[in-house]
Amino acid sequence: MRNLRILSVLMALVACMCLAGCGGGSSKSSNGGSPPNPIASSSGSNVAPIAVNGGPVGNYDDAAFASVTVCVPGTSTCQTIDGVLVDTGSSGLRILSSALTVALPQQKASDGNPVAECLTFLGSFTWGPVQTADVQIGGEKASAVPIQVLSDTDFPLPDKSSCKSSGFNSADTLQTLGANGILGVGLFAQDCGGGCVNSTGPGLYYKCPSSGCVPTDEALAEQVANPVALFASDNNGVIVELPAVSGAEASVSGSLVFGIGTQSNNGLGGATVYTAPGFVFTTTYSGHTYPGSFVDSGSNGLFFANTTGIVECSTDMGFYCPSTTLNLSATNQGANGASGPVNFSIANAQTLFSNANDHAFGDLGGPTPTSNADYFDWGLPFFFGHNVFTAIEGKSTPGGAGPYWAY
Amino acid sequence: MSNRRADFTTSSLWAICAALVIPCLALPAHAALGGDAASIQADQIHMQGSRRTIAANSYTVHEIQADTGTVVREYVSADGKVFAVAWHGPWLPDMRQILGGYFEQYRAAVQSQSSSGRMARRPVMIDQPGLVVQIGGHMRAFAGRAYIPDRLPSGVHVEDIQ
Repeated sequence: MRNLRILSVLMALVACMCLAGCGGGSSKSSNGGSPPNPIASSSGSNVAPIAVNGGPVGNYDDAAFASVTVCVPGTSTCQTIDGVLVDTGSSGLRILSSALTVALPQQKASDGNPVAECLTFLGSFTWGPVQTADVQIGGEKASAVPIQVLSDTDFPLPDKSSCKSSGFNSADTLQTLGANGILGVGLFAQDCGGGCVNSTGPGLYYKCPSSGCVPTDEALAEQVANPVALFASDNNGVIVELPAVSGAEASVSGSLVFGIGTQSNNGLGGATVYTAPGFVFTTTYSGHTYPGSFVDSGSNGLFFANTTGIVECSTDMGFYCPSTTLNLSATNQGANGASGPVNFSIANAQTLFSNANDHAFGDLGGPTPTSNADYFDWGLPFFFGHNVFTAIEGKSTPGGAGPYWAY
Repeated sequence: MSNRRADFTTSSLWAICAALVIPCLALPAHAALGGDAASIQADQIHMQGSRRTIAANSYTVHEIQADTGTVVREYVSADGKVFAVAWHGPWLPDMRQILGGYFEQYRAAVQSQSSSGRMARRPVMIDQPGLVVQIGGHMRAFAGRAYIPDRLPSGVHVEDIQ
């Protein structure tokens, strides 16, 4: 008790000292918005078809899928894998081991031991070896790309790993991933970045002697990379093009276009550039400001704080179920001051899901997990009817250097 | 004379500090959520982080900043128990460490949630009578909180835990 009392006095003292360190804020300016870019169906060597169709298991809602070809580096030993999730919210190509039939070379650490990776997503993680592949998508090609091969069995998952300590399940099988892989074509050039170069702290990379995998650091060039950034050309970003969807549809088709302003078919046109130097921008919705907002084709809905009492689903947990479709509006603002409104709608998810054959929903949304979350997640429904540009960090484009989103 | 007196006071303070801190360092690793305030020291050592303390009306917040950039806040009630933890940063914190004895309950809940029929990549929301865990975000930006609903001190709102 006495120790506790002394401790609390000390805590109060420390608290006094700490209070001076709090505070801060930012000022914002606003420019006029611009109308959404019209959707044009694209063709060319820098275009890959995508489809929102439920994926290879047929149970994946509001998710876009592409085909990716991986080859043993420097050879014509290749395999095309379909049903790969197009994810502008992550970076790096991840392929199920069970979907791979070509034998790709294993990446090795400087001591010769094989390298594996653990990557946590929301509610699941991917685990498995880092291997090297030439990656072809549409007519584009990147050589010797580090990719993650998802497998629970190639290397035993160590107890001391961020995967185990996440409490999540692995998503290393077709049933648990709902896809044959993830094509991460987001703002990042690599999945981890500088945080893993001289530190094992993030817990992403492991080297695996026969005694078991242990955390290791990983140079940028060795990290699982956004394959677009390694294309020979058209390597500064992507455009996801999907038509508008009202209500529920079984499937819709669109394009994943590589490069921004590098070809006649990938110019910014009338799109507004929203810079995201911290890989986020600011959304203002219903009088609240969300400075950690992001655009993410890999999120299957529009996720935002439920500050207005929208009815949440009782059976389809995590989605909104208003009795009538709500027409709402928010404003996005980039670090460059560019600002513009976005109109969106939220329909009753339970009604949308009533036909099991439907997988494309323009008005699907749900709450963020905490009412004070700092982000608005512009998931796949945002992409319907917008051409959304994702510019990779450090890459120059006619709209300035990435990272940014434009639409 | 005044200088000497100041020196004496300072060294006394250092002695008190040392007396307080050294026993803490020797404490075993207790559970975090639901554990006592001493468990925070274990979390700090585990995270290799720096720590500061913020006093609020009916509780104290211990904030640990890991060198990965992830910040964990542990909320301690007047009786010295951790009733909530919150975190944000580029990577998830070690949930085993910060949830302590609640980790297995959390894990069972999150794993049953992810086995529902329709695939979804969306926030983690666990709402059980004895434990609430909420995790959101995306690559390189995660945030969340966990708390024991019936241990929130009176007057503390869930929104305060962030």
